[in-house]
Amino acid sequence: MATTPNAATPAELGWSPQALLRRLRGADEIAHLITFIAAATLLLITVLLVFQLWTHSAESRAKFGWSFFVTKTWDPVAGDFGALPFIYGTLVTSAVALVIAVPLGVGAAIFLAELAPPKLSSSLTFVSDLLAAVPSVIYGLLGVFLLVPVMRTTIQPALKSTLGFLPLFKGPAYGIGFLTAGIVLAIMVVPFVLSVSREVLLAVPRDQREAALALGATKWESTWKVVVPAARIGIFGSVFLALARALGETMAVTMVVGNNPIISGSLFSPGYSIAAVLANEFSEATGNLYLSALIELGLVLFLLTFVLNGLARLLILVTTARGSGVLPS
Amino acid sequence: MDFAFPLMANSGAAAASSSAKITAHTPAMTTPGANTLRMKVTKLNFYYGKNHALHNVSMDVATNRVTAMIGPSGCGKSTLLRTLNRMHETLRHTRLEGEITLDGVNILTLDVTKLRRMVGMVFQKPNPFPKSIYENVAYGLRINGHKGRLDDAVEKSLRRAALWDEVKDKLQKSAYALSGGQQQRLCIARALAVDPEVLLLDEPCSALDPVNTAKIEELLFELKPSCTLVIVTHNMQQAARVSDSTAFMLNGDLIEFSPTGTMFTTPSDPRTEAYITGRFG
Repeated sequence: MATTPNAATPAELGWSPQALLRRLRGADEIAHLITFIAAATLLLITVLLVFQLWTHSAESRAKFGWSFFVTKTWDPVAGDFGALPFIYGTLVTSAVALVIAVPLGVGAAIFLAELAPPKLSSSLTFVSDLLAAVPSVIYGLLGVFLLVPVMRTTIQPALKSTLGFLPLFKGPAYGIGFLTAGIVLAIMVVPFVLSVSREVLLAVPRDQREAALALGATKWESTWKVVVPAARIGIFGSVFLALARALGETMAVTMVVGNNPIISGSLFSPGYSIAAVLANEFSEATGNLYLSALIELGLVLFLLTFVLNGLARLLILVTTARGSGVLPS
Repeated sequence: MDFAFPLMANSGAAAASSSAKITAHTPAMTTPGANTLRMKVTKLNFYYGKNHALHNVSMDVATNRVTAMIGPSGCGKSTLLRTLNRMHETLRHTRLEGEITLDGVNILTLDVTKLRRMVGMVFQKPNPFPKSIYENVAYGLRINGHKGRLDDAVEKSLRRAALWDEVKDKLQKSAYALSGGQQQRLCIARALAVDPEVLLLDEPCSALDPVNTAKIEELLFELKPSCTLVIVTHNMQQAARVSDSTAFMLNGDLIEFSPTGTMFTTPSDPRTEAYITGRFG
């Protein structure tokens, strides 16, 4: 810069308006400013969100303290509120969703990225991306009108007669409940797992595949023992995305989960989730304590997401540190 | 290259040496039908879609010798190398006509995984797996159901690749912690672990500095008694230093294939002479 004829002298580099204008003319400064504002806005929104949840839940926090997390009662009439059934319902439905969606999504991603002809791969990915854009109320309707009857008449009785010895599959077959909500959630989050996993699998360098093949690996050995491990961080990422979506999903869960704050070991039992209770009861919340308790539930959901994401990141750190190393990105 | 190469004197490949000495060193190595042939390429035509990439190429690969392929970019030398262990099949829309044999057997009739175990490959850019040094070498052994002690086999391969002394105390460290030259020798160790008869090297030194290049070249000499080597290189001096016979390719044609000494002193084709004297390419 110093060698160019119109380089600024040291005196001109001060903070005078002209100097500032000159500095801004360089695209670097403008880009820096704009991207900084974007990043800062995100942080600001998060802080505001937590702040609002925190201040508006003051009454409930003062009354119930930490016992809010472990109390099973949810009695608006008596003014006795506890979050446990909702935390339980949220975790159980999300867990069911992941158990179903991760093998399905990753399996499909492996097929589309590694085995399918490119044309089939891109068209199927397009369809999957479309699924991700379907509003959740549509999935809820599908759940209510298609899945719930099938669950009640076919799937739940079948599970009961085969795996009924497990406490997971006991009790009457209502159709609605944890399992149904989990399945609907699974259908909703599969596109996320599929789309992100496929991208990261495709991003594994070609020379990794060739190295394995040149050692006499079959296509599958190269895929399963080289490509998938190399992509596993991104695959984990897709699972977290799916988990975040499942934890916060409101409409579809509300429609099929049964909306009953029950803690039951059986997946056939109706339950409730945090997002669902917020959607159902917010407009009807009478009294400050009731409203405050609902807002505290929102705070709990935020915390839950935060903690699970933290654990997930820890998992990545642990698994990548263990003697293997990662692909340089 | 302006550094001294220790094994150049007995390589019989230095372009500066007398051609009489070189021809004496590589007797009858391309004689057809001799039992010293490891691989034989006959009338090979290769197509990428409609692009006719190799035209009627015939070439011999002598046992326990280094065969080099030189030529300008895009001349088909890497393509030819990749057909030798059917790596071209990983690409879509390729077609191969003609015959390639390994120890007299048409390689197209062999199971492809078995073929690649016998004909290993080292690539242009070091491409270790994102695993530990140990696991990189053990990979081929594991997928091929190695019997016996894995540790011994890993050590043997690392020793053959002249890497053991540098890595023996950090076998569990990530392969990415190694320098580029070490990574490339690790890739050679990985390929050697499954004990191939032939090792194909696709410009193995193009990403390395002269010191590491010299190490790899030295390694090729050490491997020669136990392995047949085919190397593609951009670097004519390298071909002259390491190889016993050289193939010069141009636009998909094999222009000349002769003992390295002959090729670099008295080439028979004017195009070869133009290339090795630096008039193009």
